[in-house]
Amino acid sequence: MGAPRGPTDTIIALASGSGRAGVAVIRASGPGSAGVIRALTRANQPYPGDSSGPTGSEGALDPADVSRETPQPQSLPQPRKAAVRKLFDEAGGFLDEALILWMPGPLSYTGEDVAELHVHGGPAVVEAVIGAALRTRLCRIAEPGEFTRRAFDSGRMDLTQAEAIGDLIDAETEGQRRQAGRLYQGEAARVFEGWRGLLVSAMAALEASIDFPDEADIPGEINLSALEPIETLAVDLEQALGDAGRLASVREGFRIAILGPPNAGKSSLMNRLARREAAIVSPIAGTTRDVVEVRLVLSGYPVWVADTAGLREASDAIEAEGIRRALARAEEADLRIWVSDVSDNPDASRETSSTFREGDLRVLNKADLLETSPSSAGAEDVFVVSARSGAGMDPLERRLAEIVRERLETDEAPLVTRARHRELVEEALAAVERALEGARIGIGAELVSEDLRLAARSLGRITGSIDAEDLLDRIFSQFCVGK
Amino acid sequence: MTRSSTGSRRPMQTDTFDVIVIGGGHAGAEAAAAAARFGARTALVTHKLSTIGEMSCNPAIGGLGKGHLVREIDALDGVMGRAADRGGIQFRMLNRSKGPAVRGPRTQADRHLYREAVQDILREYSNLTLIEDGVEDLITENGRVAGVIGQSGRSWRAGAVVVTTGTFLKGLIHIGEKRIPAGRVGEAPAIGLSDRLYGLGLQMGRLKTGTPARLVAASIDWAGLEMQDADADPIPFSFLNDRITVQQIACGITWTSAEVHAVIGDNLHKSAVYSGAIAGRGPRYCPSIEDKVKRFADRDKHQIFLEPEGLPGTEAGELIYPNGISTSLPEDVQEAFIRKIHGLEHVEIRRFGYAIEYDYVDPRELTPDLAVKKLPGLYLAGQINGTTGYEEAGGQGLMAGLNAARFAAGNDPYILDRSRAYIGVMIDDLVTRGVSEPYRMFTSRAEYRLTLRADNADQRLTEEGVKAGVVGSVRRESFHVKRSSIDTARMRLEALTLTPNEARSNGININLDGKRRNALEVMAYDGVDFAKLRSIWPELSDVTPQVAEQMEIEAQYAGYLDRQDADIVAFRKDEDMRLPSDLDYRAIGGLSNEAKEKLSTVRPATLGQAARIEGMTPGAITAVLGYLRRSARKAEKAARG
Ligand SMILES: Cc1cc2nc3c(=O)[nH]c(=O)nc-3n(C[C@H](O)[C@H](O)[C@H](O)COP(=O)(O)OP(=O)(O)OC[C@H]3O[C@@H](n4cnc5c(N)ncnc54)[C@H](O)[C@@H]3O)c2cc1C
Ligand SMILES: Nc1nc2c(ncn2[C@@H]2O[C@H](COP(=O)(O)OP(=O)(O)O)[C@@H](O)[C@H]2O)c(=O)[nH]1
Ligand SMILES: [Mg+2]
Repeated sequence: MGAPRGPTDTIIALASGSGRAGVAVIRASGPGSAGVIRALTRANQPYPGDSSGPTGSEGALDPADVSRETPQPQSLPQPRKAAVRKLFDEAGGFLDEALILWMPGPLSYTGEDVAELHVHGGPAVVEAVIGAALRTRLCRIAEPGEFTRRAFDSGRMDLTQAEAIGDLIDAETEGQRRQAGRLYQGEAARVFEGWRGLLVSAMAALEASIDFPDEADIPGEINLSALEPIETLAVDLEQALGDAGRLASVREGFRIAILGPPNAGKSSLMNRLARREAAIVSPIAGTTRDVVEVRLVLSGYPVWVADTAGLREASDAIEAEGIRRALARAEEADLRIWVSDVSDNPDASRETSSTFREGDLRVLNKADLLETSPSSAGAEDVFVVSARSGAGMDPLERRLAEIVRERLETDEAPLVTRARHRELVEEALAAVERALEGARIGIGAELVSEDLRLAARSLGRITGSIDAEDLLDRIFSQFCVGK
Repeated sequence: MTRSSTGSRRPMQTDTFDVIVIGGGHAGAEAAAAAARFGARTALVTHKLSTIGEMSCNPAIGGLGKGHLVREIDALDGVMGRAADRGGIQFRMLNRSKGPAVRGPRTQADRHLYREAVQDILREYSNLTLIEDGVEDLITENGRVAGVIGQSGRSWRAGAVVVTTGTFLKGLIHIGEKRIPAGRVGEAPAIGLSDRLYGLGLQMGRLKTGTPARLVAASIDWAGLEMQDADADPIPFSFLNDRITVQQIACGITWTSAEVHAVIGDNLHKSAVYSGAIAGRGPRYCPSIEDKVKRFADRDKHQIFLEPEGLPGTEAGELIYPNGISTSLPEDVQEAFIRKIHGLEHVEIRRFGYAIEYDYVDPRELTPDLAVKKLPGLYLAGQINGTTGYEEAGGQGLMAGLNAARFAAGNDPYILDRSRAYIGVMIDDLVTRGVSEPYRMFTSRAEYRLTLRADNADQRLTEEGVKAGVVGSVRRESFHVKRSSIDTARMRLEALTLTPNEARSNGININLDGKRRNALEVMAYDGVDFAKLRSIWPELSDVTPQVAEQMEIEAQYAGYLDRQDADIVAFRKDEDMRLPSDLDYRAIGGLSNEAKEKLSTVRPATLGQAARIEGMTPGAITAVLGYLRRSARKAEKAARG
């Protein structure tokens, strides 16, 4: 069973998420897609190549009903126009009423003929439709990522776009989806290509002076002004690598550390935020000895909240290690929440710590034990709460969501989001810096150009384009050369 | 020597060779000589024996990128470098002030001396027969090439044939509205052979190139012109020569002017190029003067080099090649604009400029050994493959001649990859990407430019050439002597060390880090050359200048060469991944139709070559690689039984 693999290969799979949903999208791609639609929309016909199938008017449904319900069997819907059709299996059994999109190649997602069947979401319906499609022997089940792979191979998208699709499919949260969306629209590819373009332009000036030295309109020596855009590029590359930290937060989650003295209610606060008992709460100081983390979604972004050991003079080696880890976590977190027991020390907010940073939050806990508001209540980014009763949690949570959004959301195209890209951008930056330094100290044009070439090659590898002919094109359009 | 009747193809005389080369241009001369060096019984069949080695156009050899090719041809014991040393009348090292990797040896050549030198060298090969005839057709047997048939009706048999017919395939000259079928001015084109190549079903196209008028030297007003001298110490092309003995001359420099441009501008519509009469594409880097005037309208002058075609007092020397004003304008317009040029007001024109259109074979029809995929035993080299220039032709000719001889002898092809030679870069570009305009070499085409230098061509290639069977014993011995003196010098320099303090006392500014550095490392410091080393270690005074120069270059490029070496290692990994020539790309899942089509057309020899095909995506390459791995695993399983 199964369609043969090879030039006539057609694949099919559930394209939307699995499980219960209102609508499920089944996608087929390849030359057999049209046949699949025809077969599924045609009642009471044997499938091609299936000699054992039922023939004539035998079937699950009353043949009279079928012919009335399917006025135009076999015809394909108009390309790129949604059409509602009934789907039947090879026995003429009614499967579902579906919205069908027929997108002949090459103007389709994969560049091949694509059919999309939007069916009513239950797993049983999806399974029945895919099963019937497979029995046509016109298609086989797609391997993971195969649709994207085909789109990439047919040149419908570049490497960054293809990687973004992977991210899009994996995107669990709204924020991740937004970021992946920008990548997919090719913004990142355009920026990388733009950078490469700058390098090629600068090289054109250098290469022209190397390959056409006798030409009258070409400067003989390294033209430092040709490298000015490269100075700017170096800054942009550095910036992009810096942004990579922020972008990593989008992909990997924003990190919040809860810190404070033992028994301030840190674990209780975390459990409140997580809405479950993730950490052990106990009146015995020093209970939390290691870092405990929970994952939340705030403003559509993944957030990791870490509960840490209380900060004090440690009484044993294990606790000392816990405190060391707490401080390390505080150091690398994107945001710190400093918790203190308001009843112990109403002015704890003024405590300073070497790891306190501008923008961190202070929480005065156990407000239920106080009759009056503490003096610091109402100050910016100081929250008076009761982790036990939940009082005061709303403003704190709202503020957290706001901070996460502020820090992660920007309108700029996210650039360096993958380790592979990061490595290549780092390589490009190193080469660009060598080129600039070389030009400053006056090394030969061929060496400056060599480093620019390496930088251009690294960036070209991100989007998958590498071309030496670019350079000559640039030279011939910029200069009048030729004796 | 014309054929009596078109029907009389019956051979009147038959001789058998291992290799026959058709065409005695620059590709043909190298091909014939390389096949002969390999030991093949070789014949060179060409229209006129007297035009073997003729320079159709510019009387100069070498230049940037091109000079590299000449040095590589020489390192492989070819003809061109030696001939240029005998015919060169204005040696200049281009980019002398720039780094060693981008210096380009060039010389203007005395047309006559150069041609004589080529012919003399070819006559030295005892197993090479020179035959005067025009080849009309190929003999094929059992699906492979078996010989050639001449216009005279004679035919010759051979195990392999190299076609190097230059611009002669359906050549058509344009001067204004005049069209003359010709291979070069005054020489008939080759029609029959062109038809045969079409008959093979080869993808072919049309290109064009042009040449300027030739001026009578005595009619030029030299007094008012700027002159450019040859280098005081001409450096030979050939690694076998240590000095140039030919007389050196100067050339003149003049400029076009707004007045000149006006004449051209007013008559643009009469140019064969602009009237739309020419379909073929011309080279952008060698534009006609009408192109320059039109495309760079803001420039008020263009430079012209006035290059003598020979030594003063000789027949060739009576003519001047005005480099920079190639044209296909009608004769009266040529005369009018040339006489407006400073110094040329009273010039006498001996021959007018023209554009020539000709057929070329899409080089993607070839494997990297320059063999035609569709007809085993047939090799193509030179302008027929869409290139322009003597050096490009020579480099291909050498490789095609060698591989034809290897094929005839039943040996594997010999291929130079992009990391080994400009010749390799050129052939890879041709067979992988095809051409859209006449292909010319530039140093910027070579990604491993710092490694592939003109100065070290022998160190890169001569030993390789010995193994491939294309280098003779004289060259081999002289190279071995040079190499051992370089190796010895390197060892000596590595053994000589000094402390930072000692360096400072010699005026070299080195960090006081207490580390001893050897002489090579010291030479990497700014302003330290071999002369400086000699002043520190007088015992180095016996090192020859050539060897000293090699040491300087190695030191100067040290860090860069290390990075490039790493790059080359990565490059060769993909180059070593060979793709079977019968690979069925349509059977590879996950390949787009476009990718399948491109791969099936080019039939890349290696995975690296596949990746360089225009528009090939990394995903497609991954798919090919995956397929190869799977089939290798299957084969392994099957072998284990
Ligand atoms: C008008 C013109 C302008 C040019 N301008 C430039 C320039 O500005 N710069 C530059 O670098 N290059 C220029 N070239 C190119 C340069 O001359 C060639 O690239 C180079 O000579 C090609 O060498 P080849 O060996 O391939 O062919 P050629 O040198 O053309 O030699 C071909 C040889 O084959 C012989 N032949 C052809 N057909 C047959 C046959 N059927 N049977 C037997 N013999 C045959 C011919 O007689 C000739 O000897 C120009 C060429 C021309 C014609
Ligand atoms: N009254 C009151 N007690 C609290 C509150 N939050 C935490 N506690 C108590 O304080 C003690 C220490 O809490 P815990 O969360 O373990 O503190 P941690 O050491 O900072 O992690 C426990 O006995 C909690 O029940 C609060 O808001 N109000
Ligand atoms: Mg705790």
